[in-house]
Amino acid sequence: MVKKGEWVLIHRIVLEPAKRIPQVPDDTKKVPLELWTKGYLQEDANIGDEVSVLTRTKRIEKGTLLEVNPYYKHDFGKFVPELITISEQVKEILFGGADNE
Amino acid sequence: MSKDLSYDAVMARRPEIMKNSSGIDFSIFESGSIAFDYERMMKEAGFSIEEIQKIQSENGVGNTPIIELRNLTALARKIAPEGKGARIFIKDEAANASGSFKARRASTAVYQAKKLGYKGVVSATSGNYGAAVASQAAMYGLKCIVVQECYDSRGVGQPEIIEKARKCEALGAEVVQLSVGPELFYTFLTILEETGYFNASLYTPFAVAGVETLGYEIAMQFREKFGKDPDVVMATNAGGGNLTGTARGLKKAGAQSQIVAASVDLSGLHMASDTQFNKKSFTTGHTGFGMPYSTWPDRSDVPRSAARPLRYIDRYLTVHQGEVFYITEALASLEGLEKGPAGNTSLTAAFALAQELDQDQMIVVQETEYTGAGKHIQPQLSFARDNGIEVKFGDPKDEVPGKNIILPLHPSMITANDADVIHMRRSLIKNYISNYKVTPTEADLEFLAAETNSNVEFVKEVIASL
Repeated sequence: MVKKGEWVLIHRIVLEPAKRIPQVPDDTKKVPLELWTKGYLQEDANIGDEVSVLTRTKRIEKGTLLEVNPYYKHDFGKFVPELITISEQVKEILFGGADNE
Repeated sequence: MSKDLSYDAVMARRPEIMKNSSGIDFSIFESGSIAFDYERMMKEAGFSIEEIQKIQSENGVGNTPIIELRNLTALARKIAPEGKGARIFIKDEAANASGSFKARRASTAVYQAKKLGYKGVVSATSGNYGAAVASQAAMYGLKCIVVQECYDSRGVGQPEIIEKARKCEALGAEVVQLSVGPELFYTFLTILEETGYFNASLYTPFAVAGVETLGYEIAMQFREKFGKDPDVVMATNAGGGNLTGTARGLKKAGAQSQIVAASVDLSGLHMASDTQFNKKSFTTGHTGFGMPYSTWPDRSDVPRSAARPLRYIDRYLTVHQGEVFYITEALASLEGLEKGPAGNTSLTAAFALAQELDQDQMIVVQETEYTGAGKHIQPQLSFARDNGIEVKFGDPKDEVPGKNIILPLHPSMITANDADVIHMRRSLIKNYISNYKVTPTEADLEFLAAETNSNVEFVKEVIASL
């Protein structure tokens, strides 16, 4: 159970595939236009329930409850060895040679 | 009675919503035909350089340093023909509040919102502009909503855009994220209508005027330091506001510098494609925005865009994704500067162009941006690999956007390709003629000549050929 007043992430469908505009490419026409936003939960609920939230600008948004206390998971990715190779190469071209060893 | 919120009903109310949310009646600048009075719009709805300098200096924006990239210049000279290798400089726009030049655009837009009495601002942007608006809104005590295109239908978000959402939220803004598609504009309109907030569009006269100080400062800083203007000012180009504002500022300072646009070549990728959304490693500064916005500026979210880059572009260079990644790493390793992708796009083109110019000439890359988790070459290349993009060393000419990223085997393989500016000018004229379906008036011909930085004879010749 998620308590009223908790900070949550919700999701809703804005446009079903059939309502996508003619200008979008075919692959995009097959999928809905989706929306995610965050706010304070307006009533006790469970993950997956249809809920209302009060956003930072005091708007009411409705959608499916996805997460409580949502946080960012983006990072610096996995190691990319090519970047060290580039670093070594440019330093070698500019400062390399026996004089610098 | 509550309003009809269906797609068609909201889009039908677009002119009214736009007028109420911008405080500008664009109709007073219209001629009734193709032409509109661009300069009058910039004068009456924008600000003077002095006003903007005051607004910006009070809000952590502007007066960013110029840094000479001596080692990158030396690297270019190692591979350039004898006597070639112009000096390369950057204007460190990452030093602005919010970490990019977009603070200049936001500073004037949010100032205007406050002046007109709006309670909040809304911006439709997946770029640095969101954080810039959020930052300025925080300073003025205004509410802020940023609407982003962020995820594909698998729910996978572009790391760079996720980072920008984080920054907007960190600065107190509300972020509304959408999956891929131009119908974002519909959601944007519903929020503008619901809140009655100001549309902090990137393309209003105030927003673009906010960038004029960037060009003006470049001229003043170079004159003070070197006693002359830079030979070339290089601007990464997407929606065109960066280049337009900078070029206008340079002109206001009386500078004659050549204006060169640069974009990452993403030809072949459709910007509204769900499946291709996460196949690209650049979310802006690429040809997918640069070309359509240059040749049809009024595709933006205001009736008449203040960003009209073909009026100012002398030359347009494209570079490959792998080349920009290489130069970004070189910038960190040789100059000790870690910067984000936007400025490094024009820096890559500058590295190539420097090798065409004499050693006493000067090129300034007019922006840098902050970097961090998500918006950095390491996560971008890692993300590309996770999305099935082959990342390898080779000849950048073999790069196919959406299939591979080719890191140059050697810096001598970094080249900038000239986009056909004449062809772009022709496309712009063609777009006007086909969209307006009128017989052009004399004023239209002169307007199109100004729009294409050409002359009436050229415009007539293009129209005759259609």
